[in-house]
This record gives sequence, structure tokens and C-alpha cells, in this order.
Amino acid sequence: MKLYEIRDILKASILCGEDKLDYEVSLACGCDLMSDVLRFAKENVVLLTGLTNIHVLKTAEMANIECLVFVRDKTPTPDLIQQAEELNMVIMTTELPLYESCGRLYKKGLGDME
Amino acid sequence: MADTYEMTFNVGSRDFSSAGDASRTIKRTLKQLGVDSSIIRRIAIASYEAEMNIAIHSLGGKIDLLIDGDRIFVETEDYGPGIENVDLAMTEGWSTAGHEIREMGFGAGMGLPNMKKCADEFYIESEVPTGTKIKMIFNI
Repeated sequence: MKLYEIRDILKASILCGEDKLDYEVSLACGCDLMSDVLRFAKENVVLLTGLTNIHVLKTAEMANIECLVFVRDKTPTPDLIQQAEELNMVIMTTELPLYESCGRLYKKGLGDME
Repeated sequence: MADTYEMTFNVGSRDFSSAGDASRTIKRTLKQLGVDSSIIRRIAIASYEAEMNIAIHSLGGKIDLLIDGDRIFVETEDYGPGIENVDLAMTEGWSTAGHEIREMGFGAGMGLPNMKKCADEFYIESEVPTGTKIKMIFNI
């Protein structure tokens, strides 16, 4: 699924990486526990989370995750956004909660292995 | 790639704004040296888990990165208080981290088992109250 499709499905706003919405991801990971992201997340995923601290960005960098979606209208600090820009990441924010965001993406085929 | 390459980073106790920065430098360094990206990912995740553990649980410590031929070593050492029961600490889901750490997204008891999973070889020794040493080896 292309990142611009994710933006449209989640009615999300782009905070950085507007020029990279043509990138494609094959899975999503919805999680507020970075320990679990580090343990279980695959590469080439979009990470959806309600946490906005700097460790979300550091976790994503370590795990080669290039797109973050902040749910429940959470907005990260300008510093996080600037660092994400330097890492060529895409950051979005949506008003939807985590469960509904994941549900909408799954329904549209993201991560559906069947 | 150079035959040997060594770096050392200090990790402060409870310094959560800087915790993880050593692992970021390690990841970027390995990328510049041309190491395979899937190996870098394993090293970066293991190093980050170790670095967070030092910041969360210890009185401070350090991380050493050593590249020696076809093997990469990530070794950590902290200054206490040590782990009472290492077998228990290696169990997925077991953690002594408090509420504040969990709110930050850590303390799920996955760190040590995840380091072991990422590394090709994993060694841990701990003594109360002296501290904990971890050695992880990655084959390039």
C-alpha cells in the first residue's frame, strides 16, 4: 500500500516527508510498547502509535521503520519532526484512535496475508 | 572495511533524552562501513535494548563496539546494582521496570531475550551489587 493511500484512508495530515508518499509498505504495526516493536516488528512496515516521545523515533530508526502515524490527534515535538526529516522519514497524524486506524488499513488490505 | 575498528560510549543512568544515541551512532557508523543492512538492523536493535537497560536499570555504564575482521562485538558493562536472578531476567515478560518506564514504551521484559535473539552469540554475567556485563557477537 502506498503511503498516500494510508494518508487518505486515515484522513491524516502529513507532518514531514510529503515528497515520499509514493513509497510502499506491506505491513502495519499498531503499538504503544516500543519493546514489542523492537521484538516483533518486521521491516518495511508503517508504525501506528499514540506515544510521541523521542524513543518512538529512535525505535523506528533502529528497526528500519520509515513511516510513523501518530493516532488520537497526537502531535510530536518540532524536534522529533526535524529529526525525522533528517532521517528521510514520513510522519503523519490522524484524529482516529489506534484500533480504528489499524482496522481501516487492514480492511483495505494492508497486512492481510490471506 | 578496516580490519579493526573500536568505539566506546558512556551511558548515563536515567538520562532518557540521550539514551539510544550511542546505538544511533553505532548504526550510522556500520552503515558508513558498508555492513549488510539486515545485520546492521540486528546490531542496532540489540545495542539499543542494551543501552536502554543501562539507562533504566543501572547506575550508569558503557557500550563498546569492536569490529574485528568478520565479527562485530557489542559489549556493555554497568556499575551496578546487578541482576539477582539472571535466568528470571532472561524470561520474556519479566521486568522490574516501574510505571514511568512503561509509560515511555519500555519495561515489557523483552530486552534481554531480544538481545539474545538478535545476536549470533550472547553472554551475560551479573553480580550484585557490582554490575552486569553483556557480550554480543555478530558474524558479518
